[in-house]
Amino acid sequence: MSEPRTLLAIDKVSKNFGRVTAVDGISLDIRENEFFALLGPSGCGKTTLLRMLAGFETPNDGRILLDGRDIARTPPNKRPVNLMFQSYALFPHMSVRANVSYGLEMERLPAAEIRSRVDAILSTTELVPFADRKPEQLSGGQKQRVALARALIKRPRLLLLDEPLGALDKKLRGAMQLELKRLQHEVGITFVIVTHDQEESLVMADRMAVLKDGKLLQCDTPHAVYEHPADRFVADFIGVMNFVPGKATTDGVVAANGARITGKVPATLLPGASAVASVRPERIRLFPEAQTANRISGTVEALAYQGLDLQLHVRTALSPKPFLVRVTADAADRRPVSAGDTIELGWDAADVRIFKD
Amino acid sequence: MLPKREATPMAERSPATRRTLWLVLSLVFAFLYIPIAVLVALSFNEGGLPTAWSGFSLKWYASLTGNSEILSAALNTLIVALVSTAIATLLGTLLAIGIEMRRQYGKGLEALIFAPMIIPDIVLAIALLSFFSMLNITMGLHTIILAHVVFNLAFVCSVVRARLKSFDWSITEASADLGASALTTFRRVTLPVILPAVVAGALLAFTLSVDEFIIAFFAAGAGRASTTLPMQIYAMIRFGITPEINALASIVMAVSITALTLSQRLNRGVIGQ
Amino acid sequence: MAPALAWLTALMVVPCALVLALAFFRRGTYGGIEYTFTLENFGLVFDPLYAGIFLNSARIAGTATLIAVVIGYAAAYAIAAAPRRLQPVLLFFAVLPFWSNYLIRTYAWIVLLNREGLVTQLLRWFGYTGEPPSMLYTEGAVIAGLVYNYLPFVILACYAPLSRLNPELAEASRDLGASALTTFRRVILPLTVPGIAAGAVFVFVLSIGNFVTPALLGGGRFQMIGNLVYDQFLTANDWPFGAALAMALIVIMLLVLMAQAIAADRASGHAAEARSNADG
Repeated sequence: MSEPRTLLAIDKVSKNFGRVTAVDGISLDIRENEFFALLGPSGCGKTTLLRMLAGFETPNDGRILLDGRDIARTPPNKRPVNLMFQSYALFPHMSVRANVSYGLEMERLPAAEIRSRVDAILSTTELVPFADRKPEQLSGGQKQRVALARALIKRPRLLLLDEPLGALDKKLRGAMQLELKRLQHEVGITFVIVTHDQEESLVMADRMAVLKDGKLLQCDTPHAVYEHPADRFVADFIGVMNFVPGKATTDGVVAANGARITGKVPATLLPGASAVASVRPERIRLFPEAQTANRISGTVEALAYQGLDLQLHVRTALSPKPFLVRVTADAADRRPVSAGDTIELGWDAADVRIFKD
Repeated sequence: MLPKREATPMAERSPATRRTLWLVLSLVFAFLYIPIAVLVALSFNEGGLPTAWSGFSLKWYASLTGNSEILSAALNTLIVALVSTAIATLLGTLLAIGIEMRRQYGKGLEALIFAPMIIPDIVLAIALLSFFSMLNITMGLHTIILAHVVFNLAFVCSVVRARLKSFDWSITEASADLGASALTTFRRVTLPVILPAVVAGALLAFTLSVDEFIIAFFAAGAGRASTTLPMQIYAMIRFGITPEINALASIVMAVSITALTLSQRLNRGVIGQ
Repeated sequence: MAPALAWLTALMVVPCALVLALAFFRRGTYGGIEYTFTLENFGLVFDPLYAGIFLNSARIAGTATLIAVVIGYAAAYAIAAAPRRLQPVLLFFAVLPFWSNYLIRTYAWIVLLNREGLVTQLLRWFGYTGEPPSMLYTEGAVIAGLVYNYLPFVILACYAPLSRLNPELAEASRDLGASALTTFRRVILPLTVPGIAAGAVFVFVLSIGNFVTPALLGGGRFQMIGNLVYDQFLTANDWPFGAALAMALIVIMLLVLMAQAIAADRASGHAAEARSNADG
């Protein structure tokens, strides 16, 4: 299998508004046909980056190469890039059909071709029964599909989606996540989605970039980002993580109470430096075997059943916050625990991630 | 999302577009303010004529104070404006509360309240003239007041209603629940909330009344005794312009603009709440 | 509620009904009213002489409306495109002149357009030596006065929908390949029609019934309906005919308002949607 081709190269792009730097020297490559997620908290610069890709903002510095051509200064109506707006921005005075055909009319295509392409996209997005409705007569999910159809019909090289599921309720969001994946696969267009919901990007993206304060922290597959976070912020932002603050040693971290956590210490972290050891809740075992590298006892404060698994809050001497532990319901059934019990926790050195604090 | 994004109807603004927009604004503001500015400047012109600037002087303002016709017209205007504003504020506020509290919206009622604001002045003027003369009512300041209350009350009502639209009536129920009588509730809860709007409405009414010409002209009857300031100004413009009018016009403008600025401030306070 | 409604009934509804009734009577020989039923006053309204004045008024009011809407929309657009925190200030100053006395604002134009007025002075200053141009007491002066007086309201009316417009709609249009001009024509303009209509109706209705502007800036040479009504009551003493003219004025006004209501009804759905999108 050959390396996928790069479609869009963002090259040291910066953007500031007055004294505020929204995007700070970001470089990343987006590959042909991938589902790419830009993830970060509010104000991290992801929306500004997206608007630069669409052409609504011009970078102060850097290049944006689409198929090798710099489009950083190309006006939005002249780029083969389309954006699905967070508010959907459907034209309220036009029917669904008129909204969808608008972009093709701008390309001055023959009426017959416009009609057949509109019909095709309306059926792909299951909007045929609503073709003559006005946006105000549609539900949230339907509006979202119109916005998607309106952008997709242009057959852009790159489709940008700004928080596409943000306005939908939770149940619909789950269904739409899969629907978007299916559509992306079907139309074979590169999708770049902006979201603040880490779960959404883990589920949908082929690759994702985590941004904070205008800087790129990590860009990789969801699995790699989850298992090998680049720093403490990413570890905390993606999924749930237990942290043990302390000082770095050559083979782990010494917590404030003197307990040692064994794990691989990054080369950049010198012994004695402030560090934090971390472990995912699902990597922690109850009643560990004697040879387990990291063991600690604690008191169960609370339990929460979540269907398939059981979540425990365990108070330990390691950190001010209780440890979160996730065990399968099966395992819990075999050796039941209840609030107030003192139990033993353990995890392997390979499951420990150590970061600069 | 960054707060820097401004909601404007323009997707992106190039420097050229921005310059064009500022040029448009400058021209429009020049169009709006140059005539007024010229008038005010002239009022301080020693010679009084627009042909030449002959030095700064307050003499036209001084000569106003000696003009008994203008002074009596100003007094009449003040009486009409104050009395009609007082009546209109009371009636208009009560009307607004009555409508909004009971939510008795009806097309007829809406039309009745809306009508005084849109009927051409001249029509209301001749209607009132016909009405008063047919009933053999002697016309004077009192008939002008009666007439001014008609449109003032409509304006006060609409300003107060705008405030009441966002009024949470459950707080009056809370007040009653805590043991307050209807009157106490009105005094301690409803009135303080709508007061800025009531005052804004009153100031608006006052300004409208001070400036109103045609209805007052028809409702004043014969004789000089009930001449109001706008009637005096009209006569001065029509029959022999003297430089005094520039000074008078500047004062009248200053008064209405002050009242309106105040009213605007109060209303912004209302929105801010 | 009752006192206010009684006041409006006694001093607006009844007098207006009275005028309506008056229009069906005959003018007495010496100016009084002869109480015999007739329709001839309404016939007279359509007499070429008076119908001409109606058409003339409509033309002047229409021209003033058109000019005011074009300038007002451009100004409102520029204000809506200004930085957010400046907008209330700009709007306030755009509307402020509206609240100074109408007579005075009209008089200011006499000062400007006068034979020896500021415009003439300016022309002289630029080297013009000929006869002062006659600008006052022309139809142009009347139109300028009307535009000047009602422009602030048009700005206000057009600003409302422009400022509520979701900026992402224009962006979406650009994103889909439309030029700035096409975006304006196909997205911004259609969505702001209600404001334009409200402003236009206001200017037209107030202009066509106007009395002061034609009297002062037209110098009585340009009769409009308002002046005609005035004359019937105060000089010609033909109250029934004046009443019929006033009723004709009301009918015109109602027709214009109805047309606007229908247009607004059609557009209201769009406007609501444009706003709800903006909330997203």
